[in-house]
Amino acid sequence: MILLANNLVTPGVGTIFWSALIFILFLLILSKFAWKPILSAVKARDEMIKGSLESAAKAREDMLKLQSDNEAILRKAREERENILKDAREVRDRLISEAKGKAKGEAEKLIEKAREGIENEKIKALSEIHEQVATLSVEIASKLLGEQLKKSGKQEKLIDSYLKEIDLNKN
Amino acid sequence: MKTRNLISFFIFLLLVGTTISAFGQDAKEKTGTEGEFDASTFILEHIADSHEWHILTKKNGESITIYLPVILYSKEKGLDIFTSKKLAGGNEYKGYKLEEEGDLKGKIVSVNTQGTVNEKNLPLDFSMTKAVVGMLAAALIGLIIFLSLSRSYRKSGISHPKGIQSFLEPVILFVRDDIAIPNLGHKYEKYMPYLLTAFFFILINNLMGLIPFPPPFGANVTGNIAVTFVMATCTFVITQFSGNKTYWKHIFAAPGVPFWLLPIMIPVEIIGLFSKPFALMIRLFANITAGHIIVLSLICLIFIFNSLSVAPVSIFFVIFMDFLELLVAFLQAYIFTLLSALFIGMAIPENH
Repeated sequence: MILLANNLVTPGVGTIFWSALIFILFLLILSKFAWKPILSAVKARDEMIKGSLESAAKAREDMLKLQSDNEAILRKAREERENILKDAREVRDRLISEAKGKAKGEAEKLIEKAREGIENEKIKALSEIHEQVATLSVEIASKLLGEQLKKSGKQEKLIDSYLKEIDLNKN
Repeated sequence: MKTRNLISFFIFLLLVGTTISAFGQDAKEKTGTEGEFDASTFILEHIADSHEWHILTKKNGESITIYLPVILYSKEKGLDIFTSKKLAGGNEYKGYKLEEEGDLKGKIVSVNTQGTVNEKNLPLDFSMTKAVVGMLAAALIGLIIFLSLSRSYRKSGISHPKGIQSFLEPVILFVRDDIAIPNLGHKYEKYMPYLLTAFFFILINNLMGLIPFPPPFGANVTGNIAVTFVMATCTFVITQFSGNKTYWKHIFAAPGVPFWLLPIMIPVEIIGLFSKPFALMIRLFANITAGHIIVLSLICLIFIFNSLSVAPVSIFFVIFMDFLELLVAFLQAYIFTLLSALFIGMAIPENH
C-alpha cells in the first residue's frame, strides 16, 4: 500500500510530457482565439458604459450651466433696462433744469439790460432837465435882470437866493 | 425551474448510483479472489493512473475496458506504439510487460529473452494513459466552450451578455477583478490569458473527475501529481521570467539585511523560490486526491462490513462528500489561480 502511495506521488515522465503539451496548446489556442476577443469585448463594453455614464453626467452639468447662464443673462438684461431708464430720467431732469436755468439767466440779463436802459434814459432826461433849467434860469435871470437891476440891494439878494436854490438842486 | 432542479437531482442520483455500482463490482471482484476485501489497494488503484480504462465487470467475470494506446521508447528497442490490450492479463508483447505486483506495479517494464524483468532499465513511457485521455477530453470541452463563447462575443459585439455569456462572463470577470487586478496591478492584462486558462483547466478537470461514470469522465487528472507539477512549473516559469530588478535584488541582496547574513539569506530565498510552486503542486494534488479517497472509502464501507444495511449510510455520506467536492473543485481552481497571481505579483513589485 505504501509502495502504491509512493507511486502516486511520483510524477511519471509520460504524463508530464502529455500534460505539458495539452496544457500549453490549450493555453495558446485559448489565448489567441478566446481570451483576447472575449477580454477586449468585455473591456470595450466596460469602457462604453463608463463613457456613456460620463457623457450623461456631462450633459446634465452642461444643461444646468446653460440654465444658470440663461438666468444670468435675463437678470443682466433686466438690470440694463433699469439702468437705461434711470439714465434717461436723469438726462431728462438735467435737460429741464438746464433749460430752466438758462431761461432764468436770459430773463435776468434782459431785466438788467432794461434797467440799464432805464437808468441811461433817466440820466439823459435829467441832464436835459438840467440844461432846460439852466436856459430857463438864464431867461428868468435875464428877465429879472432887466426888471430889477435898478434896485441893487434887492438884486443881490435875489441872485444869492437863486444861486442857492440852483446849488441845492444840483446837489 | 423546479423541473430542472428535479432533473439535475435525478442525474446526480444516477451518477452516485453508477459510482457505487461501478466501484462495487470491482470491489466484489476483489473480495471474490482474495477472500478478504483490501480497501486500501482498491482505493489506490482507482486513484492511480492506468493504461486501460476499466468501465465495468460483467457477472461472468468478463470486463468491459477501453484499451488505451501505449507509447514506449527505449534506447535498445526504439519507439513502440501498440494498444494496451496486448499487455492485458500480464501478457508479454514486444519484450514489454505490465507489472502487476511489487514495487513497479502498474508500470511497463522490459523483459529480456530469459523472461526476467529488467528493473534498472525502464522504458520511457509516453502512453496515453487514463489521466492523459481525461485531460485531453477536458481540454477539448474547454476549447468548444470558450471558442463558441468567443464567437458569440464577436457576433453580439458590445451588447449585453446573453446565453452562455451570461453564465461564464461573471466567472471571467471574477478572475479579472478579484484575482488578477488586486495582485498584479495595472500590468494584469498580460497575465489574464494564463490565469483564465489555469482556472478553467483546473475547474473543468476537477468537475469531470467528480462525474464517475462514462469515460472520459471520472479520470483523476488534477489528482495526478504530474499534471499539478506541470501547472505549478508554468506558474514558476512565468514568475521567474516576469521578475524585475527589485525582485531579484530582494533575493540576492535583500535591502536592510547585514552582509554577513547574506550567506544564510540567499539559500533561504532560493528555497522560497521553489517552495512556492511546490506548495501549489501539492495543494491541488492532495485536495483532489483526498476527496476521491474519502468518496471511495465511504463506498468501501459497504464491502468492509459486507452488509447491505450500511449502503444507505454510505450513500448519504457520498452525496454529502460529492457536494463538498463540488465546492472544493471551484475552491481549488480559485486558490491555484489566486496564488499564481500572487506569486507573479510578488515578482513585479511596483515601487520600493
